[in-house]
Amino acid sequence: MRKQIEVRSRPWMHRPAIIYMIVLTQVPVLFTLYYSVTNWNLLRPDRPRAFIGLGNYIGFFLARDTARIMLNTVVFSVGVVVLSLVFGMILALLLTREFRGRNLARTLLITPFLIMPTVSAVMWKNMLFNPAFGLISSTLALLGGPRIDWMNQYAMASLITIVTWEWTPFMMLILLSGLQGLAKEQLEAAQIDGAGPITTFRSIILPHLTRYIEIGVLLETLFVLNIFGEIFTTTTGGPANYTTTLTFNIYLEAFKRWNVGRASAFAVIAVIFANIITLLFIRIIRHDSRTGETA
Amino acid sequence: MRPHRMFWGHLLSIVTVLIALIVFFPILWMVLTSFKSEADAFTYPPPLIFHPTLDQYEVALGASGYFHYLLNTVIVTGFSALVALLLGVPAAYSLAFYPTRRSDFTLMWLMSTRMLPAVGVIVPLYIIFKNLGWFDTYHGLIALYTAMNLPLVIWMMRSFFMDLPYETLEAARIDGAGLLQELRLVILPMALPGLVSTILLCLIFTWNEFFLAFNLTVTKVPTLTVFIVGFKTSEGLFWAKMSAAATVSALPVIIAGWLSQRQIVRGLTAGAIK
Repeated sequence: MRKQIEVRSRPWMHRPAIIYMIVLTQVPVLFTLYYSVTNWNLLRPDRPRAFIGLGNYIGFFLARDTARIMLNTVVFSVGVVVLSLVFGMILALLLTREFRGRNLARTLLITPFLIMPTVSAVMWKNMLFNPAFGLISSTLALLGGPRIDWMNQYAMASLITIVTWEWTPFMMLILLSGLQGLAKEQLEAAQIDGAGPITTFRSIILPHLTRYIEIGVLLETLFVLNIFGEIFTTTTGGPANYTTTLTFNIYLEAFKRWNVGRASAFAVIAVIFANIITLLFIRIIRHDSRTGETA
Repeated sequence: MRPHRMFWGHLLSIVTVLIALIVFFPILWMVLTSFKSEADAFTYPPPLIFHPTLDQYEVALGASGYFHYLLNTVIVTGFSALVALLLGVPAAYSLAFYPTRRSDFTLMWLMSTRMLPAVGVIVPLYIIFKNLGWFDTYHGLIALYTAMNLPLVIWMMRSFFMDLPYETLEAARIDGAGLLQELRLVILPMALPGLVSTILLCLIFTWNEFFLAFNLTVTKVPTLTVFIVGFKTSEGLFWAKMSAAATVSALPVIIAGWLSQRQIVRGLTAGAIK
């Protein structure tokens, strides 16, 4: 804790920012809550807007495609987060060594995260996954394999591939920060004690990285649940609804079916999900500040 | 023992660089394709030697109205970063140097607003914007992107302010520096590297934002991310043209990200990891 010269606070300096954030984020959430208990549908201006209680929420749990959409959401986000954690860990371990070309390798590896998501999506869809001309199909065909329409036959797997490619650098950077805090002496001591690489990883590196893994997994889950552009650009939620996630379904409900009430109820559910994850995240970083651990 | 270990070390380094090249390959290939003619772009296996041409850039940039989208993106990105800094830097200063019992809560709350999913508020935003006449306008999009940037600015700048040597501030105050002088002459120059990376991070997130831009604009202020989605259908089979458009659209953020790669983690984890 730093000492202070003046004790009086200067609320006028941070109040405008806070008021701005309340107006632009909290007020719309209240509107979403309000819409979610109405039957408002922009395609039915004739129908009086009426209060229907929890009707939209009950409708969500009863709807035929809800199970499919929730399954898609879980498969998509868990798939991306687990894969990028594994790849991110491997890359971070490789990059934490000192060697020539290390900066170049790191710079190249973070680029998929920086590239505009819609650019990644059109690039993968048209240049890599296209069944007739795509690089993957053409290479497979050259080797005598079949031409596969990836984005159609393996829509979810293809989507997970694209998003994992984009998000692995995020996990890698977080774990890399964690590895930098690991004392060299600790690793050397382990080596002298005769610990093999696997034992070292399991008993020294992994426990040290626990907090970084938690933060990475929570934040990435939060961001991946919100992914829209990649789905819209590559599969538009299809074939049928096989790649429609909760987020994408809210978009469909709002801007394709113009059902304000239902879209808002789904949106409230999405906000609750996000808040649970945020709370877990806050608990981790507050625990850190209390125990005085810094990254 | 030693030469043996050195051999494995070199091998591991080579493997790392190879993996990096494989991961980067799709981007490299896209950039190369943008300099090809459409005929060369579709030759398989891809020719290693081809006549580089800027034709595709002419087509992609000229005919398709690229500059309209670019101008929109620059305006929206620039102004939203500017407003976020004007609101956020004083807030960060106050939270860093005049903490109260509520500051901790304020910071956590600010972070939770950054984590709010855009789908959670898109319906009311659409309806309110339509009613206010903010739909498809610069100020509508700038207002939202400012809200996206603001928590980031406050978190980042606060954490940079906290890193400043306290003695310098104390000295400035004893010398009788007023608040504005202190900010302008002492704090901001020292926190300048932090300020630059904060601006770069704002640029990265707003430049690439798609969901709000796609749903709240039509013809007047759509940004480059929306422009690129135009290639999702058969347009996307003009690989060379698409690659040229995609390359110029994505390039500014790639450069900004390369320059600020050490700060990206700090920005994304709300300062929890530096």
